[in-house]
Amino acid sequence: MSRTLAEKVWDSHVVRSAAGEPDLLYVDLHLVHEVTSPQAFDGLRMAGRKLRRADLTLATEDHNVPTDTTEITDQVSRTQVDTLRRNCAEFGVRLHRMGEAGQGIVHVIGPQLGLTQPGMTIVCGDSHTSTHGAFGALAFGIGTSEVEHVLAAQTLSQRRPRTMAVTIVGTLPAGSTAKDLVLAVIARIGTSGGQGHVLEFRGEAISALSMEGRMTVCNMSIEAGARAGMIAPDETTLRYLEGRAAAPQGPDWDAAVAYWQTLVSDPDAVFDKEVHLDATTVTPFVTWGTNPGQGASLDADVPDPQSLPAGGPREAAERALAYMGLTPGTPLRDIAVDTVFVGSCTNGRIEDLRAAAEVLRGRRVAPGVRVLIVPGSMAVHEQAQQEGLHEVFTTAGAEWRNAGCSMCLGMNPDILQPGQRCASTSNRNFEGRQGRGGRTHLVSPGVAAATAVAGHLAAPADLAPATGGGA
Amino acid sequence: MEPFTVHTGRAVPLRRSDVDTDQIIPSDWLKRVERTGFGMGLFAEWRRQPGFVLDLPAYAGATVLVGGENFGTGSSREHAVWALQDFGFRAVISSRFGDIFRNNAHKGGLPAIAIDTTDVEALMTAVEADPAVEVTVDLVAQTIRYAGRSVGFDFDDYTRECLLSGLDDIALTLRHDAAIEQYERSRPAWLPAVEAG
Ligand code: SF4
Repeated sequence: MSRTLAEKVWDSHVVRSAAGEPDLLYVDLHLVHEVTSPQAFDGLRMAGRKLRRADLTLATEDHNVPTDTTEITDQVSRTQVDTLRRNCAEFGVRLHRMGEAGQGIVHVIGPQLGLTQPGMTIVCGDSHTSTHGAFGALAFGIGTSEVEHVLAAQTLSQRRPRTMAVTIVGTLPAGSTAKDLVLAVIARIGTSGGQGHVLEFRGEAISALSMEGRMTVCNMSIEAGARAGMIAPDETTLRYLEGRAAAPQGPDWDAAVAYWQTLVSDPDAVFDKEVHLDATTVTPFVTWGTNPGQGASLDADVPDPQSLPAGGPREAAERALAYMGLTPGTPLRDIAVDTVFVGSCTNGRIEDLRAAAEVLRGRRVAPGVRVLIVPGSMAVHEQAQQEGLHEVFTTAGAEWRNAGCSMCLGMNPDILQPGQRCASTSNRNFEGRQGRGGRTHLVSPGVAAATAVAGHLAAPADLAPATGGGA
Repeated sequence: MEPFTVHTGRAVPLRRSDVDTDQIIPSDWLKRVERTGFGMGLFAEWRRQPGFVLDLPAYAGATVLVGGENFGTGSSREHAVWALQDFGFRAVISSRFGDIFRNNAHKGGLPAIAIDTTDVEALMTAVEADPAVEVTVDLVAQTIRYAGRSVGFDFDDYTRECLLSGLDDIALTLRHDAAIEQYERSRPAWLPAVEAG
């Protein structure tokens, strides 16, 4: 029978299925971080259970760490990081600690190490686990009870999800990126459009994306409510994987590749839902509201809630504009910011930093704007420094930081103050996400950098030619 | 986990759509390593605003939360469920839920019950008009009853059994240890392993 990519990966991981029960699904890789794991390890200890597969479990410190020092001053935060260290030592889990070369955001280090491979099942107590779907893995976020379940049994009880094809026809215009594309997809299908589904992104524009771009797209599947996002592996995937530390080698590589090549949706496979989007119409995209579906082309104005259907959508837009301090009809380009954040598991990889550096090279950050450039991992940090990107950033007036989630979420020292407005390459513009009372506009790295220079939301093409020489 | 069968209590109408888990429990609260004590953080930011529905005296002691469409989106934090329970909620009703939130809620013994938008609207209007209305969430009969009305709801059979009996699903899974071992023997040798800790 014809099957979709998601169904093939699912089927190959079913340990047990019984009528009326969820499938028991095997987990090939379990990623762990400090925030959603302490209660799970406690549960394991209390029940006297063992960790089943330390060799399929990897931990890192990312959410709750400062990025300008390796000293955690907040007592509660330090306890949480110390708790992870103790748990990893006790159960024999490999941990990448703050400041170490292998440390970074959980969804950046998996792919970088070559641990994320096509056809695998990957879970983590973090909703953006969908990132790993860029490799054709079935990867999804779980809660702490499920983290405990995976620690104990390396499996999860799950109902088979529905599938949805998101076909992107045409190619992205110059100046539009993977981030703009995925924001446009979410604006189209809505924050619950993907609920209960695994999205499969496909089509010309997707094939043309680098692995970094594909990770950006799959990363934000969850913002459309989806269980996971996937992209079938191809030459780009193989090129990225070959030679990475955990990638198979020699005859193993050949065996793996032969298998990976079967990981495509069959031509006549039936999806439960299908949507199409024309890539040629995608322009730089920004959010104006307080959920990732409330976005528009940078060329547009702040929408008028009165133009939206009465009830839910209108009320939500009214509330969002009140929180964001925006007036309907204002051109989005007129919105001034005081903070710019480039980083996160959405856009904290080397290609994202290069895109930001390209814009900042020879230019200066606008007066009064604070710009944080935070690599997604210490390996990205190292590579950026080898390429001299850090000098471009600091010469332009931006801050160059160590790896971590940083200003993507308001739980470490990198936060917005109430009323501050930020152009952010992260994935969530929820109320207070970047700090209590902070206002977030989601953008691509290029738009973030251009906004840093202009002082208001802007695309790189809006800027006058660089004159500053610089690094 | 505590079994859940039938619960009757007053309800709070939270007339907002897309309530994300960052609102349910702001990330600052996620630094804690315990499972308890999150009730204080429930909707912490919204509760700073005077007149927020959760703080109206008429709704004090309510145990059923009625949310707008698409409740519990975003972050996978199970702390959102712990906060709702710690605050005193025993069930949540909406027309749609974020997938991960709903999973978490059911693992923790908090039924997240989806009914039609129009039924949510009617229930919300009823408890707005009269905060004293008692709402019965009956997982055995799969109905919600209030003010002489009765609304049926769909619920996954297996999950329902787990909630009704309060079963520990890790224990259930570990009964299939032999099947897990057998699966493990069939995994290709080239699959990646993490270097030793
Ligand atoms: S960067 Fe942001 S979205 Fe990604 S794992 Fe960290 S907190 Fe979550």
